Amino acid sequence: MVQESIDRRSFIKKMAAAAAMTAAATMFPGIIFASEQIENLPKGGNLEWKKGPCRFCGVGCGILVGVEKGKAVAVKGDPNSSVNKGLLCVKGYHQTMCIQAKDRLTHALVKKNGSYVKTPINEALDIVANKMKETIEKHGKDAVAMYTSGQSTIPEGYVASKLMKGAIGTNNLDCNARLCMASAVTGFLTTFGADEPMGCYEDINHADYFITWGNNMAEMHPVLFSRMLEQKNNRGAKIIDFATRTTRSSMAANKSILFEPQTDLAVANAICYEIINNGWVNKLFVEKHCNFSKGSTNIGYGTEDKFKFKDKPSGINFEEFKKFLEDYTPEKVAKYSKVSVKDIKYLANIYGDPNKKVVSYWCMGMNQHTRGTWINNLVYNIHLLTGKISQPGNGPFSLTGQPSACGTAREVGTFTHKLPKGVVMNEKHRRLAAKIWKVPYENIPSKPTYHATEMFRAVDRGDIKFIWTQVTNPLVSLPKTSRYRPGMEKDSCFVVVSDVFPTPTSDVADVILPASWHIEKGGLYGNSERRTQHWDKMIEGPGDTTPDAWMTIEVAKRMGYGDLFPYSEENHVEEIYNEYRQFHEGAKHGMAPLEVLKKESGAIWPYVNGKSTQWRFNAEYDPACSNGEDFHFYGKPDGKAVIWQRPYEPAAESPDQEFPFWLNTGRVIEHWHTGSMTRRIPVLHKAMPHAYVEFHPDDAKTLGIRNGEKVKVTSRRGSCTLPASINQRGLPTKGQVFVPFFDESMLINDVTLDAFCPISKEPDYKKCAVKVERV
Amino acid sequence: MPIKSYILHFEEDKKEALVEELQKLQSCEVFPAKNHDVIVIVTETETEELDNKLYHKLLEINGLKHLSLVSGFDTK
Repeated sequence: MVQESIDRRSFIKKMAAAAAMTAAATMFPGIIFASEQIENLPKGGNLEWKKGPCRFCGVGCGILVGVEKGKAVAVKGDPNSSVNKGLLCVKGYHQTMCIQAKDRLTHALVKKNGSYVKTPINEALDIVANKMKETIEKHGKDAVAMYTSGQSTIPEGYVASKLMKGAIGTNNLDCNARLCMASAVTGFLTTFGADEPMGCYEDINHADYFITWGNNMAEMHPVLFSRMLEQKNNRGAKIIDFATRTTRSSMAANKSILFEPQTDLAVANAICYEIINNGWVNKLFVEKHCNFSKGSTNIGYGTEDKFKFKDKPSGINFEEFKKFLEDYTPEKVAKYSKVSVKDIKYLANIYGDPNKKVVSYWCMGMNQHTRGTWINNLVYNIHLLTGKISQPGNGPFSLTGQPSACGTAREVGTFTHKLPKGVVMNEKHRRLAAKIWKVPYENIPSKPTYHATEMFRAVDRGDIKFIWTQVTNPLVSLPKTSRYRPGMEKDSCFVVVSDVFPTPTSDVADVILPASWHIEKGGLYGNSERRTQHWDKMIEGPGDTTPDAWMTIEVAKRMGYGDLFPYSEENHVEEIYNEYRQFHEGAKHGMAPLEVLKKESGAIWPYVNGKSTQWRFNAEYDPACSNGEDFHFYGKPDGKAVIWQRPYEPAAESPDQEFPFWLNTGRVIEHWHTGSMTRRIPVLHKAMPHAYVEFHPDDAKTLGIRNGEKVKVTSRRGSCTLPASINQRGLPTKGQVFVPFFDESMLINDVTLDAFCPISKEPDYKKCAVKVERV
Repeated sequence: MPIKSYILHFEEDKKEALVEELQKLQSCEVFPAKNHDVIVIVTETETEELDNKLYHKLLEINGLKHLSLVSGFDTK
């Protein structure tokens, strides 16, 4: 017994050393510790190591979970995963430690006379099904809604879509990926007619330059950033950080260029101006593979309920595009972007040099933007004009925030307008879904209903009378929670929340369903590089905890749709994936068979003839190219990508006399999104125990604010009080404050604005006007 | 019985002295990086109180710039 205890402690010490050495490796790629220490690291002990993808972030690192006597006791990076090659970040290492949190939701809770009563899971699911049915009978099918997640597994998203769109017959399904990736989707669709990046992470090994657009990868995608740093150190690749705030990424970059919020639109156009003006256009590529278009302008911001917008694209020619860019000379743009003429030309030079390979990376900075679709289009313009696309080391690459924003939200299609293949507006797509789902074609409505923001407005208005949220915490993550929290508290809407831990969202629920955590169920995720990854259930969950997919199936059965959900509890993941794969058959989006995913650390779609396709649209790598040319943008009917004329337009709300600061919000490396999991991991919580408001030191001095002092941040929507942070984690530009949103005790989204991109409907969390006062 | 690991950043040219100081602490295993100014340490103490004491002792070591906690376990 004593020996066992010593062995266990010695093992844990080795794991602790391994975690620190790996964390050091993410900061200092190539760091070496004495070989004997490396050799002494645990090789496995008595543990059984089970493979899967990491639960946190869209990078999709492969993990190995050490299981001993039915408990997850350790996590290490999967050396066989080409994504992370054995590396993990600090969140990855500690992910399983939240499972043991004392306040874990282990049983269903049903609100009775104002208090929550522990209820058997079957009884709680009866209540949910009856309430959903009763609401539909009384108020119609569009009175019920589901709001899911980019953290839902592929089977979870699939059965939610099948229940809502196929069985019930409403498009009232949207997800939190609307808050993070929707602009990337509309950017891809408008430019290429096909969603998701054309390249893959192997681009990192080939690029000469990495240009990050409003993207703090050192904290948000640390493992990929460490791979970039390794290339910087080993072969002199360069990192250029283009952002509105100085971050850990800026400090590690070769060059940091700061811009005034929203003016990335103008700078991207100025880069195109320079490329054309200096004769750096890849004429052959553009002539063969590109069209030019323009769309509507002055398109609004969606701050009013029931906002409607439809773009009106029309074709233009190269000369018209060139003429349009005359408003964006570096000299003109430098005046309002605060980027020097020299720096604009420097960026243009990098993209324009035919001998330099360039990858552009972005994530929330470009997507959470009231012109999110446009700025995505504009970065594609740069790569299309220069022909630097779909080749190893050359390409635009939109990173995802959540582990299955691509695999579930985008590919399965848990947005109001989406189906597992295509969109509800397209008859052919509806017919395919109806055939695979075995429902009458007429069941699937042809019009999208509520996107995320509008869904919660509809709850507030009383139009939605039943909502079920899964794997997400909207009352911390939505913008303008100062409106949507009271909206969800109203008696007019019955709220069901499935989650692993209590959150501010479950606080307003009528029924709380206890969900299984990541490794307590099997599943599949799809990461940023189109890689689908599978994992088997590794451990048992406590109490009545149940996988979300199975809870949806059980509710569907209780509502009378049992024949559409004939899955078994033991094998539902496999059965659902095999059904879902039928949607994507073919060379353009074929998914790998489950047997392959069980064996390997993921496979990239299109998976054709037993091979992943690493670079789409390039005939050398992509078997779907069929036009006989070197490139084929087959998402568009004529096989050509579109270069879009998109102007600079100001933000929905800018600083003024009353509210003189920009408010920018975001994340920190220690915490995953709203912190419901990572704040329950002691190491991470101790490392970053609460949110803060970052100031530029000059602003802090003018206002007489010192580090740690309480400051009230107020907008036209609400206020939030936080300690000041000066010269610590990040450094905002003068006139800007930054607040991370992970802390439910300091709800900064009470302050943010629910303006969104009229095309993607993705809110802008990066720009609104606030005032700050010492408390 | 807390077990913790930290990354230590320190002032230039202080590595050797710092490693020597750290090795004097009984409850501390030291792993200096070979090619960077970084040291990893793993601490093991009997109680939370002793762990706290050790933490403050570490902070007082001459030449230490920053101590960053990476992982923590309790083997109780």
